[in-house]
Amino acid sequence: MRYEMPTTAKAAAGLLAKEKGRAFVLAGGTDLLVKMKAGVVEPDLIVDIKAIKGMKDIKKSAGGFVIGAAVPCVALSENAALTKAWPGVVEAANLIGSKQVQGRCTMSGNLCNASPAADSVPALIAAGAKVSIISAKGSRKVAVEDVTTGVGRTSLKKGEFVTAIELPAKKPKSGDAYLRFIPRTEMDIAVVSCAVNVSLDAKGMITKARVVLGAVAITALLVKDAASAIVGTKLDDAAKAKLAAACSAACKPIDDKRGTVEFRTEVAGVLARRAAEIAYARAGGKQ
Amino acid sequence: MSLDSMNPALVEKHFKVIGTRVARPDGVDKVTGRARYGADAAMPGQLVGLVLRSPHAHAQIVKIDISKAVKLAGVKAVITSADFPDHTQGDRGMMDILENCMARGKALYDGHAVAAVAAIDAATARKALKLINVTYKILPHVTDVDEALQIHAPVLHPHIYTEGLSEKPTAASNWNKHGEYGHGDVDAGFKEADMVISRSYKTEQTHQGYIEPHSALASVSPDGSAEMFVCTQGHFVYRNQCATLLGLDANKLRVTASEIGGGFGGKTHVWAEPLALALSRKANRPVKLTMSREEVFRCTGPTSSTSIDVKIGAKKDGTITAAWAELRYQGGCFPSNWAELGAMTAFACYDLKNVKTVSKDAVVNRPKTAAYRAPSAPMAAFAVENTIDEVAKAIGMDPIDFRIKNAAKQGTKSSYGPVYGPIGIGPTLEAAKNHPHMKAPLGKNMGRGMACGFWFNFGGQTCVDVNVTPDGNVTIAQGTIDVGGSRASIAMAVAEELGVTYNQVRSIIADTSSLGHNDMTDGSRGTFSTSKAAIFAARNAITVLRDRAAKIWEIPASEVEWRDGAAHAKGVNHGNRTPLSLKEIAAQAGQTGGPIAGHAETVADNAGVSFATHIADVETDPETGRSLIKRYTVIQDAGKAMHPSYVEGQYQGGAAQGIGWALNEEYVYGKDGRLQNAAFLDYRIPVCSDLPFIDTQILEIPNPNHPYGVRGVGETSIVPPLAAVSIAVTNATGVRQTHIPMSPPRVLKSLKTKKK
Repeated sequence: MRYEMPTTAKAAAGLLAKEKGRAFVLAGGTDLLVKMKAGVVEPDLIVDIKAIKGMKDIKKSAGGFVIGAAVPCVALSENAALTKAWPGVVEAANLIGSKQVQGRCTMSGNLCNASPAADSVPALIAAGAKVSIISAKGSRKVAVEDVTTGVGRTSLKKGEFVTAIELPAKKPKSGDAYLRFIPRTEMDIAVVSCAVNVSLDAKGMITKARVVLGAVAITALLVKDAASAIVGTKLDDAAKAKLAAACSAACKPIDDKRGTVEFRTEVAGVLARRAAEIAYARAGGKQ
Repeated sequence: MSLDSMNPALVEKHFKVIGTRVARPDGVDKVTGRARYGADAAMPGQLVGLVLRSPHAHAQIVKIDISKAVKLAGVKAVITSADFPDHTQGDRGMMDILENCMARGKALYDGHAVAAVAAIDAATARKALKLINVTYKILPHVTDVDEALQIHAPVLHPHIYTEGLSEKPTAASNWNKHGEYGHGDVDAGFKEADMVISRSYKTEQTHQGYIEPHSALASVSPDGSAEMFVCTQGHFVYRNQCATLLGLDANKLRVTASEIGGGFGGKTHVWAEPLALALSRKANRPVKLTMSREEVFRCTGPTSSTSIDVKIGAKKDGTITAAWAELRYQGGCFPSNWAELGAMTAFACYDLKNVKTVSKDAVVNRPKTAAYRAPSAPMAAFAVENTIDEVAKAIGMDPIDFRIKNAAKQGTKSSYGPVYGPIGIGPTLEAAKNHPHMKAPLGKNMGRGMACGFWFNFGGQTCVDVNVTPDGNVTIAQGTIDVGGSRASIAMAVAEELGVTYNQVRSIIADTSSLGHNDMTDGSRGTFSTSKAAIFAARNAITVLRDRAAKIWEIPASEVEWRDGAAHAKGVNHGNRTPLSLKEIAAQAGQTGGPIAGHAETVADNAGVSFATHIADVETDPETGRSLIKRYTVIQDAGKAMHPSYVEGQYQGGAAQGIGWALNEEYVYGKDGRLQNAAFLDYRIPVCSDLPFIDTQILEIPNPNHPYGVRGVGETSIVPPLAAVSIAVTNATGVRQTHIPMSPPRVLKSLKTKKK
């Protein structure tokens, strides 16, 4: 196994493209190193991207935020502007693992690990985030929901890696929220999760919504029916009931050691309703 | 020894050291990382040992081909059951232990060891495991206790015929033992009752969840002598068992115990240790074998899963007229008597005219179970206390008053036979009734539960050496493993007896060649039995000290008494002499007869039974079924709390483990009989934020069979939580919780079933 720590994204992409064996990108390492210790993966090449300029920076501009691929999740919560604009995203990222893990893990890693239960991914999708992907041939941008294609699978091609996640600027009278269900209070993995992002008009009517479920299908689900259920409402009880029903209907979960199909389907609706209430309040809506 | 010295009521008034909260001798090393745990030892030239395990729940081992593995460079030994000839001389229990350590012909559970390797490093050992080719013939399996007891269930062992029945069964089965306890006439008792409640309960399998995995470093010399450094609750027992299994002489196998990162009963049994010794013997090099967390879950000894039926009848005035229970426990793939222990403890808190319990012990395709803190009692208490709660409510009586009315007391014939001496169940209930916790208001979606628990406690074989150093300090060699601060408590007892300060006394855990046999630290015996032996050893040392003072003074020893850490001459002839301190006598030991020491050995019978009452407040989310513990109180009789902080620690630790068991911990098996959650991510012990501060109240009802009145305190605290928490969730949700753990999916389902 080789370990490389290039200082430019181009060099990193070159190393990844050239490797004939199994190549892995190392940012926080909270998934990769655990898998290596467990004997699940045996890399031939590890490319550490932490020495690449900008990878550990959060940049704010008129267009929003650019979060480098090696920014540890705990750094997100230390950025006041980001926390104010996207509290749901920041909360989601800081539910991953433990405090110690949060000091290392990154949202880009959380996304590329492609677990259906990834905490930051539903919140990023609800926020309308995009990722920047680079390769030796150039770079491209795709929506976060187009990155994960299955359990442990992404749309990234050989030689490509994520350099940053881009969050749009916060719209006035908008708010986001993320809730996950775990049996314990922390250090656990989502049994089911939900992110909601809403924008309101001056009267508190929801004009736009994005509702995303986690851990109930092979990838996070952007549930358009759930968004339609609350657009044009002030999140009254009837709208919330329709939202919950739409979320439950969208679930395609499995029975496993963490929860049953029945439980995940039911609780997806409960979390959607609760997350919507928080997002609505953050957007300035009053119920 | 005078009669007074065994009367705790007279002795306890004089305590100077006992009852204080001194610092433990192992504390600094533990918090700074110096303490040596099982995996921290190293020997020159040591190899890495790894074990190949069955992926099948039940399979015939047709062939094991190790030829490729042994040829791999760096591999120094490969062993299978062929390397363990039968030295058990017909002892079926020892053969079960051996067969569990290494499968003999059949793999009986997912994780059962089938071969092991020793290699120069872990990577080579891992490669070698992949080169071992095992041919299995998969057999039908059974993992559920009730299914295992069905007539058509796959039978694990052709030699098991149910023990304990009046007639020997005609066929082998998984039902290895039948038991019955009780007295009176339950049928007549139920006829007298105004209200009879019957309920069935289930509890899932849990693991002790100790943080330190098993680890052993073994070195067998060509001359047949051997050493082992190991994490264990009983190094003498490991020594004896390993010597038997490997055909070694016990005096030639010297076992040194490491510090222990938790055991709770799970380190009372050998698993990897005979393999490490056998690998070392074959490789002629030291071998270290350390389990991974996955191996700890799959291949060590969790506690039973159970299925229990309870029936209790009572009159309207609150008198229980009859109590009956049938308890079915699985002991894993080898015979056990865990159901029998459950049957003995089930109704032990109550004074019952008519009581009967029936136990059925079964084998299943799961790992061989081991003790887990008051083994078998928590599940029995869960079933009984829930039924008690339901009966009380059904007759319109406060559940605590109902329990007080029926509580066992001194002179009660217990449900398992013996007549009780002075006991603490009544006082813990009264203390609970008067506790501010019982009166505190409850919030939305919250419920309060209270429950009682019992544990026998155990005494066993113990011996202790007390040695006075030339500078006038004191060392103690004890043979019981210190799992919860016993080195401090034992030093306190010796300081108390000698009349010196705690800082002048230090205790260590001696290796197996330095002391006589000591039973392991189980049954809450560590501090109880070791302090008893230590007190007697200190008194023997005092006899020596008095003799030496008499020699120095040239007066009869009968005219020397020992008090306040010094020899005092007494009587009209010698009363004016200046007392001789321990330090002064020690300084002259070379001239007065040599080193000063005291030794004592005991079988510490009559450990003194222990009772507790717990109160739990739980908030249950009606939409998700998730429960959070909001407040928790433990009230327990300690006899005499030698070191109150460590007693409180035991109370809190037991409650924490019981809460985890009540809410989320469980072994999840797939249809293929394989364990699905062999990791702390999906085997959910509570994390810090899951628990409130666990409040404790120590009651002291002296045990007449210990010089200071001490009772064991380590186990009883895990007995009531399953019951207390489930009754609280029942009160929070309005639906009786009959299946532990009350994981959110299970609770939500129970609420939805109720709605329909």
